[in-house]
Order: sequence, then C-alpha cells, then structure tokens
Amino acid sequence: MNNLFIYIELQDNGRVAEVSLELLSKGRSLADELDCQLEAVAIGTRLDGVAAQVMPYGVDVLHLFDDERLYPYTTIPHAAILTKLFEEEKPQIALLGATAIGRELGPRVSATLHGGLTADCTALSIGDYTDEQTGRHYENILLQTLPSFGGNVVATIVNPEHRPQMATVREGVMRKELRDTNYQGKIIRHDTKNYVTDTDFVIKIIERHIEHAKHNLKGASIVVAGGYGIGSRENFNLLFDLAKELHGEVGASRAAVDAGFVDHDRMIGQTGLTVRPKLYIACGISGQIQHTIGMQDSATIISINTDPNAPINAIADYVIIGRVEEVIPKMIKGYKSLGK
Amino acid sequence: MSLNIIVLAKQVPDTRCVSQGAMNADGTINRAALPVIVNPDDMKALEQALRLKEQYPGTTIQVLTMGPARAAEVVREGLFRGADGGYLLSDCAFAGADTLATSYALATAIGKMGRHDIVLCGRQAIDGETAQVGPQVAERLGIPQISYAEEILGVSDGHITAKRRIDNGIEIVEAPLPVVITVDGAAAPCRPRHAKLLMSHKQTQITTWNTADIGADPAQCGLAGSPTRIKSVECIVPCTKESRVIDCNDEDIANLMKELGA
Repeated sequence: MNNLFIYIELQDNGRVAEVSLELLSKGRSLADELDCQLEAVAIGTRLDGVAAQVMPYGVDVLHLFDDERLYPYTTIPHAAILTKLFEEEKPQIALLGATAIGRELGPRVSATLHGGLTADCTALSIGDYTDEQTGRHYENILLQTLPSFGGNVVATIVNPEHRPQMATVREGVMRKELRDTNYQGKIIRHDTKNYVTDTDFVIKIIERHIEHAKHNLKGASIVVAGGYGIGSRENFNLLFDLAKELHGEVGASRAAVDAGFVDHDRMIGQTGLTVRPKLYIACGISGQIQHTIGMQDSATIISINTDPNAPINAIADYVIIGRVEEVIPKMIKGYKSLGK
Repeated sequence: MSLNIIVLAKQVPDTRCVSQGAMNADGTINRAALPVIVNPDDMKALEQALRLKEQYPGTTIQVLTMGPARAAEVVREGLFRGADGGYLLSDCAFAGADTLATSYALATAIGKMGRHDIVLCGRQAIDGETAQVGPQVAERLGIPQISYAEEILGVSDGHITAKRRIDNGIEIVEAPLPVVITVDGAAAPCRPRHAKLLMSHKQTQITTWNTADIGADPAQCGLAGSPTRIKSVECIVPCTKESRVIDCNDEDIANLMKELGA
C-alpha cells in the first residue's frame, strides 16, 4: 500500500519503452527516499518478456494485465485498469511517460481519482510543503518541477491533499540506471476480467502505421540544431549539410518547428526530445529555458548567433558571432581541411 | 443526419509575445498584460466542426469557453466563421482552476447544453500545454475520446472515424458517438472570418453562465476544486559558462574545428 507506481509502456516488438525504464530508475530512487516499494504496471498481451526487462531496475512488484484486446493500446480499458488498481493499492505516487499514450491516459485516471496531475515535469524530488492559506504542513510529498509560462520561471507543483500524486515526464529527461541485474520482485498476474468489461472496448483501431524514426537524434554524438533565426526551410539545408559532414543529426527549437522550417519530430526541449551529445551546435537559437532544458547537459556547446546577447551564449563553450549562412560553410570547409 | 457539436475553445495569452510584467509576484500569469488570441489548436478543432456542418446539413455548432468577460470574443470568433451559438463560463469561483477543476466546469456546462454527439477541442493550449483538459472532460462525461486527431474522416451509423497521430505513426480509429475529439496541430488550419457573419455578429450578445447557472458545485470549481498547488516559482538564473568568442573568419573557424576534432 502507498507505494510508487510506474505505468509501463510497451512497443510493437514487446520491448518496454525507454521512457518507462527511465521512470523506473527515477522511481526507484524516490521510493528509496520514501522507504516504500516500487511497483510497475504492464497492460497488454504476451507479457512474458516484461519481467526480465524491468526487474533489474529494482521493481518490487510487477502487475501484469494480459489480454489480447489490450494491445494495441486504447484509452478506456487501460484507464479502467489503472483506476481500479489504484483504488485498491492506493499509491502515493504514479508516474507515466509524457508520450501520446501517457498524456491521454494520465488525465483520464486523474479525473476519476481526483488526483493532481502535472505534465512534462523536468525534475522530481521529495520534500515538504506548507499551505500558506490553511497553515497545514505536508512532509515527504512529490515536488514536480517544470519551466512554466514562456520560460520566464521554473515552477514547482505539489498535490498536497490527493493521492496518487501523478506526473508525466518526457523521454530522455530522467537517466536510466540499473539497480541490480539479479533483482527479483514479485509478479502478480491479474485476472483482467475483474478490471475491464466488454463495453470498455468501444474504440476500434481500423488501421495502424508505425513509421520507423527517420533519424537517430536521441543517440547522436553531434547535434546541429537550428532556431527561428535560420529563417526558412531552405536555410535548414545548410544545417543538414553540416550534420552530414560531421556524422551528426539535425535538431530544432520549438520556434523553428512552429515556423514550419523543420519536422516536429526533431524538436529539442521541454516538450520535445532531451539530448546529451558530445557536441551541440546551436544555430540561430536564442536559448529559451524550454529549449536549453533539453540540451544543457551536452558536453560541448557552440552557439552561432548574430546577437552577442542571446541567452544561449551564456551556456555555450564557444560563441561565434555571425550569420549562420556565413559560418556554416566555413565550418564545413575547416572540417574538410582536416582530411577526415 | 444532423450532428450536435460542441467546440471547447480557450482564450490564451499569445506566448509568442511575452513581455515584461507577464508574471505576477506570486507566480501566476498576469493575463491583463498580454495580448490574447484563441488557442491555435482550438481553432483547428473549430475547422473540423465547420467541415462536419457542411457535410451533414442540419448540424449545429456551439462554442463553449471559460474565462473573464473578454473571453466572450472566443465565442464570437466562432460565430464569425459559422458556429451557431455559444456560451462563456465566467465567475470568480472558476478562477485559479487547474485542469481537473476546468474539466469539471466544462463537463458540467456541456451537461446543461443538452444532447451532444461530438465535443471537439484542441489537443492542448499554448499557455499550459498540458493536453489534459480534453481527456478529463471525456472521463467526466463518461464517453470515449479520440486524441490528437488530424482529420475526421466521416460519420455514419452513430460512429465516427478519424485519423490520429500517435508516437511515430498514425492510427485510423472508429468510436461510437458521443465522443470527445482533441485536434492536433497538424490538422487543417481554420478558415478566415466570413465577411457577412462578421457584420451580423459584431454586436451579438454572448450568454454568460456562472456556477449557479450550470448547477456546478463551487467546491469543485476554481482553486477550491484544484488538487494541484504551486509550491514555488523561481526566476531562472541560468548557469553560465566561461565561453570563448570565436571570430567569424576562415582561419579561426578552421582552428575551432581542428580543436574539436582533436
């Protein structure tokens, strides 16, 4: 009872999603701090391979709900299972990936349980809170931190009165960390019939196309990223040229994506990808917190910007003041001259 | 076949033009200091509704919004494009609502609006970006949802088919009516205002409902009904590194590439 729960997201090949493993890692350390157990919930079909994938992260209890109809995911059956399980188990904290699934499943569960839910957290920790209006003091609750409103501030949100305290987190924000390769938690195979009814399966999936990622931005050791300052889709080709030369990948800020310069799946930042490459070349990116939070852990950062006062320059190791159209060809030329 | 459609739309600060004074000292947004627009994804939801209205004669569209008095403009923007009516939820008791309390107010108002086949809204608002209100409204109404829809493909026999975006792919799904549909940013942009409708609705009074009008429990509205609290808000002090400034000339950049390559 009152443990920390992680919703395990499954992919078509039966693999557990990276974000779920990252959340298990974070969940394990939070559970240690709270002196409670870490529990995981996997809902789908043919779940035999799940335990071996999640146990090394320190899962104390794995709940399995196996039914052919539960994969591919549809909202209502998964929400019904989580809701009933949470009513029975009364978790103090429940975390989901901020994925297409987590971002619609979390709200449905929270609406029924009347729990607070915070989207796209960038840090989670345990701490205390005093409600200034009621004077009540709460100990060991989940502090959910995220940049807020135009990136002007970082807000910390709490759910003092209601349980579970729920939050979603994007992939790549938390670090994956194995606990013990021999860790053996308990496995509970639930009878799905006690949790869902036939009428829950109202959404029919007629077609489903999964596209394989067109790039490996997450794993790239060099990222060339462009912002609104790039100016056009055509100008982004320069970034692709440089990335190709350096064997890197192209990323973008939210502003560049919104302007239509580059596809949404290349967005880096709070509501996009988090990357930690060896080299991050920020081209025409001003450096709003929502962007920098997704790249600030890069080993080396170069900023190319016409504005000497762009906020990104403050976190850059190298700052090149100039126009991207002029600088990038020089970089390509310089790199080629190294004969690599 | 005619449909009763409700479009949920929100007036949002235009986060693309954030200026000084945008934040209050207590960390809440000083909405008065910002220009406002109708949330872009909600406009795309309105467009999907207008297309259904063209396709299925007799269909009616009501716009529902919540906010201060000036948020009535959201309903009017709908009327200018072909919506049939709408309501503004406005009451001090609604203030300070998180997504859960917002969804309670909206779902309660939807209940009062009578028969609804489709509730359309944007996937998320540009100010909060939580994408939670749509699913929470669906849960409170006890009906299914289709999230992140790019296009509604058609309605027949009490079922709706839509194309939706998922991580790394798309799904075509069918759901029974009534249903909540959240519309993704990749959907078609909303049509411009219609000149005639603009003229005829310029002065149209928008009905405002308070908590009593919709029979809402004030304890579940606004701050009182919100499980989340803001613990603290901190201004960002970016960590700064000692950076080296490189001149934009061939030699210095070549040297930099050499240094990095080493």
